[in-house]
Amino acid sequence: MKLLLQRNNPASIFTPRRRFVQGLIGGGVLAAISPWVRAAVTPLGLTPTGSAPVLSGTEIQLTVAETPVNFTGKMRLATTINGSLPAPTLRLREGEMVTIRVTNRLPVATSIHWHGILLPFQMDGVPGISYAGIAPGETFTYRFRLQQSGTYWYHSHSGHQEQTGMYGAIIVEPRDGETIRADRDYVVQLSDWTDENPERVFAKLKVQSDYYNYSKPTVGDFFRDVSNGGTAAALDKRKMWNEMRMNPTDLADLSAATYTYLMNGTTPAGNWTGIFRPGERIRLRFINSAANSFYDVRIPGLTMTVVQSDGVNVEPVTVDEFRFGPGETYDVLVEPKDEAHTIFAQSMDRSGYARGTLAVHAGLEASVPALDKIEWLTMADMMGSMAGMNHGAMPGMPGMDHASMNHDMSGMDHGAMPMAHDMDKMAHGAMSMDHSQHTMKDNPLAKPSTKVRHANTEYGPSTDMRVDMPRTSLDDPGIGLRNNGRKVLTLADLSTIGGPLDPRGPERELELHLTGNMERYTWSFDGLEFGSSTPVHFKHGERVRVILQNDTMMTHPMHMHGLWSELETVEGEFQARRHTIPVQPAQRISFLVNADALGRWAWHCHLMFHMHAGMFREVVVS
Amino acid sequence: MSGFGHKGVKICKTLIALVAIAGFQPVWAQSGQTMAAMDHGEMNQQGGSAPADARDPHAYADGNTLESGEYAQSGPRQLRLADEHNFGSLLVDRLEHIKTNDGANSTAYDLQAWFGRDYDRLVIKAEGDYTKGKLQEARSELLWGHAVANYWDAQLGVRHDSGVGPNRSWLAFGIQGLAPYWFEVDATAYLGENGRSALRVATEYELLLTQRLILQPRAEFNFYGKRDVVRNIGSGLSDGALGLRLRYEFSRQIAPYIGVERVEKFGQTADMARDAGERAGETRWVAGLRFWF
Repeated sequence: MKLLLQRNNPASIFTPRRRFVQGLIGGGVLAAISPWVRAAVTPLGLTPTGSAPVLSGTEIQLTVAETPVNFTGKMRLATTINGSLPAPTLRLREGEMVTIRVTNRLPVATSIHWHGILLPFQMDGVPGISYAGIAPGETFTYRFRLQQSGTYWYHSHSGHQEQTGMYGAIIVEPRDGETIRADRDYVVQLSDWTDENPERVFAKLKVQSDYYNYSKPTVGDFFRDVSNGGTAAALDKRKMWNEMRMNPTDLADLSAATYTYLMNGTTPAGNWTGIFRPGERIRLRFINSAANSFYDVRIPGLTMTVVQSDGVNVEPVTVDEFRFGPGETYDVLVEPKDEAHTIFAQSMDRSGYARGTLAVHAGLEASVPALDKIEWLTMADMMGSMAGMNHGAMPGMPGMDHASMNHDMSGMDHGAMPMAHDMDKMAHGAMSMDHSQHTMKDNPLAKPSTKVRHANTEYGPSTDMRVDMPRTSLDDPGIGLRNNGRKVLTLADLSTIGGPLDPRGPERELELHLTGNMERYTWSFDGLEFGSSTPVHFKHGERVRVILQNDTMMTHPMHMHGLWSELETVEGEFQARRHTIPVQPAQRISFLVNADALGRWAWHCHLMFHMHAGMFREVVVS
Repeated sequence: MSGFGHKGVKICKTLIALVAIAGFQPVWAQSGQTMAAMDHGEMNQQGGSAPADARDPHAYADGNTLESGEYAQSGPRQLRLADEHNFGSLLVDRLEHIKTNDGANSTAYDLQAWFGRDYDRLVIKAEGDYTKGKLQEARSELLWGHAVANYWDAQLGVRHDSGVGPNRSWLAFGIQGLAPYWFEVDATAYLGENGRSALRVATEYELLLTQRLILQPRAEFNFYGKRDVVRNIGSGLSDGALGLRLRYEFSRQIAPYIGVERVEKFGQTADMARDAGERAGETRWVAGLRFWF
C-alpha cells in the first residue's frame, strides 16, 4: 500500500534516487492491521481526516485524546482534539464572548494556544507562562471576547503534541459581514506527520543535526560542477561552506526522510479534494500548521489573489506562488478554469510535498508537478548584503560562479524587480551614513537603525555565525524561489488595508538576533537559549520597535503571542500587520509593537524543533 | 609528578600549540580573513571575542526574570526546554575484524558515549583490540566535556590503559571538535604516574560518494614523553595509523564497512618491536560495523 515516488532528478549515478512516501490513499485500512492492534483501536476505528468538522456558537467543548491514525501503512497514535485530524474548525463571530472548555484525556498535561487571537494573557494557553496547563483528566475553561476577524488557528503548546496532530483552524467572521466575496470557502491546513516519536527525532538531531538531510553535497556534485564550470569554480563554490563548517543544503532540519506532508490531514496519495462548480470564485484559507516545514504553495494553471495574511486583510495581490512557514496564514481567491487543478505545496528543502485538488467532482485529478531542483544557499543567504553588493557593483566580473550571480543574470525574466533589489541593497550599504545623519536631525527613530549590534553572548559555543552586513530589503522570495519563472509573493507585496494600528512612531528600539549552532543543534535569541535568558520587557502602552536580525542560515517564522507585529520597511514605512514574521537568513527586519496587552507572552520561532531547542523568549508587558 | 621530565614539558607545549591551531582564535580568524580576502575588508563571522561595546542580551529585561517580576507564574519555573534537558548517545565508530597480510586475526573496537547537555557533558571514550580472545591493548577514558567555542569542546578527566603488561592511569586534558573543512579532531594530552606523559591525536574525514556511501579517511598518532619498557613503548612518536574505510549507511545509525589500514610503529617503539621479533608496521584489512543510538 506504500506508494513511492521517485524524484525527477536528472542527476546521477552518484546520488541514490531519493524516495518520498506519498502515504496511504485512504483511511479505511483497518483490515490490513494486525488483530492485536485492531483490538486496541477505538470502536470507531481510525481518526477521521480530511476537511475537519465545523464547530460554531459561543459554547464549545473540546476533548484531547490519543486516537489511532495510519498515514504510511503503520498504525500510530495521534494526539487529537474531538477525535479528528485536523481538529474541528472553530467558526466564531467577531465581538462575541466565547467559552471553550478543553478536557484532557491524555496521560500527560496538555494545553491549547489560540494562534494570533488577541485575548487576556491567562487565556493564551502556554504552560508555565499563561497558566499551569491542563492536567490529565482536568478541564480548563477558556473565555475571551473576539476582537478581530479572519483566519487563525489553534494548537497545543505542550511537548510535541502539535507535531502529533493537535491543530485546527479558527475562522472569525467579521462583525459587519464579510468584505471578501467568494462562492466557496475552504480551509487548506498544511501539516507534517512523522511515524517516529518526535522526542526521539529531536534527540537524533542533537547527535547528528543533518540526520534527515539526504541532499548533502557529494563527490558526484563536485565533479559535475567541475565539468560544468571548471575546477576553480567548483572549489570556490565550496570553499566558504567548508571553511565555516556549514552545509549549503541545510534548508530544513526534517525532510521527507521522516515526514509525510499533509493537506487537511490527507496524504498526497489520499488527495484532499475541494469541490467547486465551474465559474465559481473560491476562497482558500491556507494555514501552515506544520511542526517544522516551510511550504511553497502554488496551483499550476491558476493565479492566486492574496487577500489576507495572518487574519488581516491586505491589498489584493496576484501571485503564482507563495512561501509560508509554520504559524503563518494566507487567504487567497482563485477562479478555476479547468475541471481539476492541483494544489501543490512542496517543502522548502524539495524532499516532498503536500498535495490536494480543486475539482468539479470527487475523483478528478490534475497533473502533479515535479519537485523543483534543490538550490544551494547563496552567499547572500550567508553573508547578507555583502554578497549582493559586491556582485551588483561588478556585474560583468568573470569567473564568479556564485548563485547570487544568477540572481542578476536571470533577472530578465522578471522585469526590473531583482535588479531594483540589488540596487536597493547597494544604496543602503553606500548611503547608510547619510541616512543616519539625516534622521539624527529629525527623529532618530524614524527609520530602524542599520548598525548591527551583536550581543556579547553571540561569541561563544551557542552561535555558529554572525552577520555583519545583513540584508534589509523585503522583496526577496527566498532560496529556491528566486527567478523561478513564477511570480512569488514577498513580504514587500503585503500591504495591510487601513494601515498601522497606531499612527505613533516608536518610542524606543530593541534589537535581538536569531542565533544557533547547527552542528550542536542549538537555537536561541542572542546566543542564549530560553533557560539562560531573561524576559523582554515592554512598558504598558508604549509603541516600540523590534529589530530582528537573523544570524543563521535558516528562515525562522517568528511568532509573538498576544501582540501584533507591524512589519515595516528599512525606511520605516508600515508594511503589514502579522502575528508570525518569517526572517530569512542574514536578513534584518523590524516591526512595531503596541504594548497594549498586559501580562507575560511567549515569543518564539514557530519551527517547533527550534522552539524546543530554546529559540524562545518571554515578553512581559507591565 | 616529581619526575616530570623535559619531554613531558615539550609534549605539553606541543599540545598547547596544537590546541591553539585546532581549536581557538586562529581558526575562525583564518576563516573570517579568507572570506574577507574574497570580498571585503574586515569581517569576522565566526567565534572571536565580544567587543567591549557588544550588546547586553539582558538589557531589555528591566529586572524581570523567568521566575520573578510582574505576571510571573508562582512557584518553581515550569517551562523548561531542551536546553535544560539531558541527552545522550553511544557511537560505536569502529567494531571491526582485522586481518593482516600474514594471516593474523584480531578484533578492535572504538566507541564514544556522552550524556548531558549542549555545553556540558560526560564523555566516555574506549578503544582496544583483542587477539585470540585476549585483550591486547585498551584505552578507556572518562571525561567532562565543556564547550569552549562554536565547534570545540574541551575535555578533562582520566584515562586507564589495560591489556598486556601492567595497567596505567593518566590524567587527561584535550579538545575535540570540528576543524575547518569538516575534519573531526580529537587531541588529548595525558599525564601519568612517575612522570609519564602522552599525547594522542586522531582525525577523521567523511567523503560522501553518495548520500549513503561514505569514504572515511582516518589518522591517529600517539606520542609518549617517557619510555615504558614493560608496555613496549618508547619515547617520542610511538605509533600511528592511517586508515580508509568505506561504509554504506543503511540508515544514519547502522553502517557496515570495509577498509584498509596501515599501522606503523616509530622510533624506539619500533626498535622494541623488532627486537621482540615483530614487525614495526603492517597493513591490515578490516571489515566492521559502525552504529549509534
